[in-house]
Amino acid sequence: MSAPAGAWEVVIGLEVHAQLRTRSKMFCRCSTAFGAPPNSQTCPVCLGLPGVLPVVNRRAVEYAVRTALALGGRVNARCRFARKHYYYPDMPKNFQISQYEEPLAEDAALEIDGPDGAPRRIGIQRLHLEEDVGKLVHEGTLETAAASLVDYNRSGVPLMETVTRPDLRSPEEAAAWLRAFRAVLLYLGVCDGNMEEGSLRCDANVSLRRAGTDPLGTKVEIKNLNSFRNVQRALEFEVRRQAQALDAGERLVQETRLWDADRAATRSMRSKEFAHDYRYFPEPDLPPLDLDPAWLAAIRGDLPELPRARRQRFVEQYGLPAYDADLLTQSRALAEYYETAVRAHANPKALSNWIMSELLRELPGDDEAALARCPVPPAHLAALVRLIDEATISGKIAKDVLVTMLRTGEPPTLIVEREGLVQVADAGALAVLVDEAIAANPRAVEDFRRGKAAAAKALVGAVMKASRGKANPAIVDRLVQEKLSRG
Amino acid sequence: MTTGAAAPSLAALAAAYRDGATTPTAVTEGCLGRIDRLDGRIGAYLAITRDAALADARASEQRWRDGRPLGPLDGAPIALKDVLCTRGVPTTCASRILERFVPPYDATVVARLRAAGAVILGKTNLDEFAMGSSTEHSAFHPTRNPWDLQRVPGGSSGGSAAAVAGGLALAALGTDTGGSIRQPAAFCGVVGLKPTYGRVSRYGLIAFASSLDQVGPLAVDVRDAALLLEVIAGHDPRDATSVAAPVPDYTAALGDDVRGLRVGVPDEYFIEGLDPEIEAAVRDAIAVLRDRGAAVERLSLPTTGHGLATYYVIAPAEASSNLARYDGVRYGLRVEGRDLIDMVSRTRAAGFGPEVKRRIMLGTYALSAGYYEAYYGQAQKVRTLVRQELDAALARVDVIAAPTTPGVAFEHGAKADPLAMYLNDVFTIPASISGLPAISVPCGFSGSGLPIGLQLIARALDEPTLLRAAHAYERATPWHARRPALG
Repeated sequence: MSAPAGAWEVVIGLEVHAQLRTRSKMFCRCSTAFGAPPNSQTCPVCLGLPGVLPVVNRRAVEYAVRTALALGGRVNARCRFARKHYYYPDMPKNFQISQYEEPLAEDAALEIDGPDGAPRRIGIQRLHLEEDVGKLVHEGTLETAAASLVDYNRSGVPLMETVTRPDLRSPEEAAAWLRAFRAVLLYLGVCDGNMEEGSLRCDANVSLRRAGTDPLGTKVEIKNLNSFRNVQRALEFEVRRQAQALDAGERLVQETRLWDADRAATRSMRSKEFAHDYRYFPEPDLPPLDLDPAWLAAIRGDLPELPRARRQRFVEQYGLPAYDADLLTQSRALAEYYETAVRAHANPKALSNWIMSELLRELPGDDEAALARCPVPPAHLAALVRLIDEATISGKIAKDVLVTMLRTGEPPTLIVEREGLVQVADAGALAVLVDEAIAANPRAVEDFRRGKAAAAKALVGAVMKASRGKANPAIVDRLVQEKLSRG
Repeated sequence: MTTGAAAPSLAALAAAYRDGATTPTAVTEGCLGRIDRLDGRIGAYLAITRDAALADARASEQRWRDGRPLGPLDGAPIALKDVLCTRGVPTTCASRILERFVPPYDATVVARLRAAGAVILGKTNLDEFAMGSSTEHSAFHPTRNPWDLQRVPGGSSGGSAAAVAGGLALAALGTDTGGSIRQPAAFCGVVGLKPTYGRVSRYGLIAFASSLDQVGPLAVDVRDAALLLEVIAGHDPRDATSVAAPVPDYTAALGDDVRGLRVGVPDEYFIEGLDPEIEAAVRDAIAVLRDRGAAVERLSLPTTGHGLATYYVIAPAEASSNLARYDGVRYGLRVEGRDLIDMVSRTRAAGFGPEVKRRIMLGTYALSAGYYEAYYGQAQKVRTLVRQELDAALARVDVIAAPTTPGVAFEHGAKADPLAMYLNDVFTIPASISGLPAISVPCGFSGSGLPIGLQLIARALDEPTLLRAAHAYERATPWHARRPALG
């Protein structure tokens, strides 16, 4: 029995591990900085040596609470850590301190735009804290290596695991949700969102069911999704694979599959029969975490405006098109940049255009650090647009000025002044140039008089050239028209 | 003092150092001399840190000479159970798997002893990973009871108890999970104190059962136990389960007055199977307390009998988790294998003794999916009941008086059946699973000349009352002054 094409409904849930932006690890004081020499950021605690004990990093708890509150979650007044057991050499204690029955927070949600543009609320089942494991380095490939080395720098780095409800309905939507989630983390300042360095990792659960039916199909977990693109591609592959199997009347097995980006395919890692028994039990070395309501209230009071709210406000307050608002709110740094510029010079649309078409060509808009380092601060960009609006320079000249600004970090006024780029708007001075152009181009004058209106453009061009672009083109055009008609 | 004589108390020692009657070097050499002469027969030590001890003794001697001792323990030769991490000195847990493990750090209690000027003589023997009640389960050699070399010293802190009883150290630290300080103290005729759970830092104590383990002193008398507790107790930021409450002046709380003290005597501790000589000695001891002004009343603690079963679920469950890290990857024993799993299996098969393996299997089973609730979950509920019952009793009385053990020291090999061995802990376990402070003080001798222990249990953090009662009893009786004849 095979179902007609398109008869399957896709059901996706995501599990996202976000590395929290704390200076020190989850349970010890070692640095979390990325890229240090192997095992240079370790101590007896994160090496799991005999006799050591964990101590909870308060900042990590704060970051997870901030995220949970921002997503409308219920932060449990008391949560507990638990040990999750399995043997693997990247995990020094052969158990991971995580949370199980009493997570930090539950029942949150994050809205995204649905396919029809209407908001879709994607539920978040739980949000909890855990420690990261180390990294295995194989000499050659895993299969052929004679030896493996372990780098424990990452061991004990704080992770926040967020588990969505199976509310996502397409690979595209899953990728969009992950983008939106990442933007929220960046806004909250709790994660740097760097997927290449592994600061943000995603596993996906996907199953198919007959459209219009309730029970969930057999689910498959896909691991190793380290970019938005891979999330979407892996899910697309898996949806096709499952649909083909189901169409062919095969039964799917519940299993964990690994995404191989090079081969653009998922492959089986382990099936349910070989699933681990993690033997969770409450971590006896850590008392339950009782969160002070006053502390929670303080964190709640300090929450920033989130991307979707800000996007809406940009449309309403600045009259921006939705497209502009979406782009400008992709990171908190970029939105701050824009608003600072608008406060300095109230031309919201022009500033949006300059940021979108010029600035973002030079900088990634979701890179908070790059924006912070941008040689053109918002005040300078605002000043540049003001020079155009006040007809001090033309838009064309302004683009050249911006190139210099990006190179030198100087304010536009300084550059315009030093390079003598101030637009000539003095009709008297321009009249001299117009007269010279008319005298030097008798043919153009002749053409104009024969009724070839376009000939005036050649004369305006000649004046602009003579002024090295500084002449105000509107005034030049008026003067040329006047003189030719009069003559 | 001469090298032949058994050791004086720590309190007497400090006075002798102050008066110049003896020196830390002389006393340390005395201990080392007794170790040389006697430990071949007793087997209390796994390692002697002779050179470091003599160097520390000389430094202490200088401080006393300068009139600037670090405190009453300055220059006191002390032995450490070999589960306490010592920087640069092998810490083996009496296990092959940690035979070559050299910790890069000192346990907090070790650091505190050093800061108080104590001289560390060496590391004492124990049942492997503190699992046992006879010190027969050491991977290296058994320890013998100084009162009768055919008999066990108790366990698991048997090495520490035998060292103190035999004058091979002036005092020692042990650890108590289900009775591992009190039971060997009773068997060896010394004072053994298990503090309130959380009173003493566990950082650097190689874990057996995290929710039960506690470090405590073994000493020749109650005052010495108080002196040691004063030094090792107190909050440790590295141990999240350590208690923040200030440390009282325990020695100031001593005295010989128990007028008004309410002493409860639980029926369930005087049951069939209790050695009649022990019952008689303990009842005499209670009569002594009454004669000194205490109000004695009978109590019923009906859930006490469930303590043993509860303990033998919880302790192995936690142990199975704590001991997972010994896999041959990072430190300690490694037995090479075909692949990773094979290496880990071979390492653990070769590295752990039979009792440790038995408990790992018990604990792994108790935490397994499908059995967790029936075993671990149920045990936690019973644990709560036992604690509530003891708390309720201790709301009526100040201390509970009972035997420490059902029998006196048994002969080596006499309890080959694990269950017979486990029954030894029946009287010590209730205080352990309730986290309450408890002490064993010598209260007489059997007809065959073996020591008998009186156990006192007090409210959480009420070590002052516990020590006061024990001290008053000790002052009224001669038992603590008796020493084994070792030649």
